[in-house]
Amino acid sequence: MQASDQAGASHGSYRSYLIGFGISVALTLISFGLVMNGALPTASILVCISVAALVQIFVQLSFFLHLNASSEQRWNLLALALTVLVTLLLVGGSLWIMHNLEVRMDHVQPADAMQHN
Amino acid sequence: MNAQHHAGAHESGGANKLFGFWIYLMSDCILFAAIFATYAVLSHNYAGGPGGKELFHLPYVLGETLLLLTSSLTYGFAMLALHRGNQQQVLAWLAVTFLLGLGFFGMEINEFGQLIAEGNGPARSGFLSAFFTLVGTHGAHIVVGLLWMAVMMVQLALGGLTTVTRTRLLCLSLFWHFLDVIWIGVFTIVFLMGVM
Amino acid sequence: MFGRLTLEAIPYHEPIIMGAVGGATLGVLALLALLAYFGKLPYLWKEWLTSVDHKRIGVMYIILALVMLLRGFSDALMMRAQQVVALAPSEGFLPPSHYDQVFTAHGIIMLIFVAMPFMFGLLNIVVPLQIGARDMAFPFLNSVSLWLTTTGAALVMVSLGVGEFSKAGWTGYPPLTGLAYSPGVGVDYWIWSLQISGIGTLLTAVNFIVTILRMRAPGMTLMRMPIFTWTALSTNVLVLFAFPVLTVTVTLLSLDRYLGMHFFTNDLGGNMMMYLNLFWIWGHPEVYILALPALGVLSEVVATFSGKRLFGYTSMVYATVAITVLSFSVWLHHFFTMGAGPNVNAAFGIATMIIALPTGAKVFNWLFTLYRGRVRLTAPIFWTIGFIITFCIGGMTGVLLSVPAADFVLHNSLFLVAHFHNMVIPTLFGYLAGFAYWFPKAFGFKLDERLGKCAFGCWFVGFYLAFLPLYALGFMGMTRRLGHYDNPAWQPYLAVAAIGAVVILAGVAFQLAQLFFGIINRNKNLDLSGDPWNGRTLEWSTSSPPPIYNFAVLPVVQDIDAFTDMKQRGLAYRRPEKYDSIHMPKNSAVGVLIGGLSFVFGFAMVWYIWWLALLSLVGVVVTLIRRSFDQDTDYTIAAEEVERIENQRFAQLAAAGVKS
Repeated sequence: MQASDQAGASHGSYRSYLIGFGISVALTLISFGLVMNGALPTASILVCISVAALVQIFVQLSFFLHLNASSEQRWNLLALALTVLVTLLLVGGSLWIMHNLEVRMDHVQPADAMQHN
Repeated sequence: MNAQHHAGAHESGGANKLFGFWIYLMSDCILFAAIFATYAVLSHNYAGGPGGKELFHLPYVLGETLLLLTSSLTYGFAMLALHRGNQQQVLAWLAVTFLLGLGFFGMEINEFGQLIAEGNGPARSGFLSAFFTLVGTHGAHIVVGLLWMAVMMVQLALGGLTTVTRTRLLCLSLFWHFLDVIWIGVFTIVFLMGVM
Repeated sequence: MFGRLTLEAIPYHEPIIMGAVGGATLGVLALLALLAYFGKLPYLWKEWLTSVDHKRIGVMYIILALVMLLRGFSDALMMRAQQVVALAPSEGFLPPSHYDQVFTAHGIIMLIFVAMPFMFGLLNIVVPLQIGARDMAFPFLNSVSLWLTTTGAALVMVSLGVGEFSKAGWTGYPPLTGLAYSPGVGVDYWIWSLQISGIGTLLTAVNFIVTILRMRAPGMTLMRMPIFTWTALSTNVLVLFAFPVLTVTVTLLSLDRYLGMHFFTNDLGGNMMMYLNLFWIWGHPEVYILALPALGVLSEVVATFSGKRLFGYTSMVYATVAITVLSFSVWLHHFFTMGAGPNVNAAFGIATMIIALPTGAKVFNWLFTLYRGRVRLTAPIFWTIGFIITFCIGGMTGVLLSVPAADFVLHNSLFLVAHFHNMVIPTLFGYLAGFAYWFPKAFGFKLDERLGKCAFGCWFVGFYLAFLPLYALGFMGMTRRLGHYDNPAWQPYLAVAAIGAVVILAGVAFQLAQLFFGIINRNKNLDLSGDPWNGRTLEWSTSSPPPIYNFAVLPVVQDIDAFTDMKQRGLAYRRPEKYDSIHMPKNSAVGVLIGGLSFVFGFAMVWYIWWLALLSLVGVVVTLIRRSFDQDTDYTIAAEEVERIENQRFAQLAAAGVKS
């Protein structure tokens, strides 16, 4: 299914592209459907669409971007892994910090303001 | 990972360019991550104005998403034609991809235009600033990709399938697929979570 | 037609500024006239400005750094002079609107337009040679990066004479940098100089990462790379991940200013604390970007001048990688006082303490290398020892500040200012060690050792005189960025600090003298062998300066300290049986053109000249597209020509008494 050319990049086949496309469409429709339908509780929908997104990202990385564990792709994979790590640190850290700051902000509601003097 | 003695200059050069472009894409990931983080922080700062629930039309976004996804597929077909050395087919699939991408971008511009016309432009609130910037940055990347695609079609038509053209088409392939991966994050976090 | 640009933008009523602008303009014109008179302008254009050769690009980066060092140091002298005299009722000679621009420009110039170019200059000259490569992976891109950086510096310089610079500190915090409080052009100059040079820097990172990972000579595994190359790799990984965040941060601020958005505004849903969060996510890795190559220089210098292999190579590599990863985990320590809770502050405080450990490991490795070595006390070693002492003291004050409770007292005081200067100035010492060490390789002659040591002495003594008083002043309650004050107890300390600045000035004078006399006397100090220090790594196996293709035959590496290994096996300076033709990239004016167009774009955006901004942006895109159609970008050096150049090299070696 995977083949390489002389430039070192691997490439797919009609079959692999169509499989990747098909899975992606399905996951997209599922996510949109869950939210538009609204039948499940909110928390469940959030989990489902997050998982669907992650799976679709993996699918596209694999079927469209041909990222795998082969020796030609090793450095690309390492680079991506490092990028993901840094992204988690930065995004996670930012959310933790900003949420913490938000919680500690003294939000005065208009009604309460009348009682402060 | 050592260099060849006699750099078949353009061959290993092509591999270097491809790797270099992947490395650049990693920095682009971080760029989007920072904008996503900002969006997350500002995502409820409506400033008394409308939020996602009021503004987003999911069927429309689904349409955009399928356009972009299909364009990823057609670009893949272009790459298969490239590996078979079929210049005409590459051109044809590139043209299809271009039209699908243009369609995506057109839908996006239309959506932005409507929001601005009804007074919900990026200056309305922190939430809308973040929305326009995140989706807009993705859109700006799409524009760059479309421009690149157009230039490639010209270079292909004029010069045929040279090593240099091949390498550039492979780099564009990485770029175009990467933009679809980012879009998965956008439609999930911005649109789907935005209306809930 | 000209946006908000009018003739009033030129600060006619400010004598100090007009004097500086006038002097600088005259100086530049005089230099151009001199070059034209000696017929050097075509040479300069063909051989240097349009060059894609990493060695020449590296030299141009360092020239940029040294020129900007003079500007940034002038700012420092002005600040020290102002603070000495500005005890109430005196308000000194710099009005606050001017003083604020001085400290803002000082910070941006020293960090972004002195330290970064100096560092990238050294990396450019040395790394391809150290890994046995013929050039960087993307020589044309290298040229583009250089000119984008130069454009950023040019925008800062132009702001002196046309308009004004930012008054909001080098960190540019909103709401002060928002449109409401800084409606003028200053912050916009700051924005565009950062953005344009930032793009150049990011492209350089891609260039170095690909070069180091894919273009090493046969046999040079990662664990046989020189430590300087390891730090080059780590630094550029940091750049790759950190600079996009700076780009985003400054862009969001620009969107607030140009399009009325609300990322960091006080109203309509902005959150200005997010600016600090994002800024320091870049800002902390930035200081490691600056520090790591300095640490790399030290590893090379210590090993060479001790005549021994570096102690603990493997632990050095791990320490470097640890610092790289950890530098993304400490950024909140720049805003402990912004209001996060104790858990958040403690977590980042502990992370900050942890990151001191790998640096400590490196220091011990250097000390163990020096121990029982036959240490030659050259100028590079002087700079190195100065670094080790000073950086360690600065690091200790950093660990002190990493305790949030202590930082609550000392944040934004002169203690903080002393701490970070106690880190960046030894970093400069590291670069200057590298400058002294690799100067012969780049230019083919050695600099005067005595003048170099005098320069070091003045910098070293001057640094402590200038900054130790600031620690005391921090404890005494003096905050940073004060243009005038009313506490007389502070003045004696500020006087000592001012003297220190003057001593550093003497150091700078010695360095200029060293260059001047070095160039005049170069024929008496020629480096004929290419190996003036009995070096250990591959760059010393080439001539000084190296031929354009670096290596006629790519070396085969069998161990750490590849050149020492070759010398020990008798494989150094071997004449090859035959020479092959060599494929090289052509010089190109496109880099200069893109730099020029970017400058116009930046200037136009500052002054709201929209048609010009659009035109220049389109110009950049068109230029790049046109370049992509250019098929004539390489040339070949015939094997006979290579042989001729190499024969000259062997003749030089014979003259130097080196057996080959």
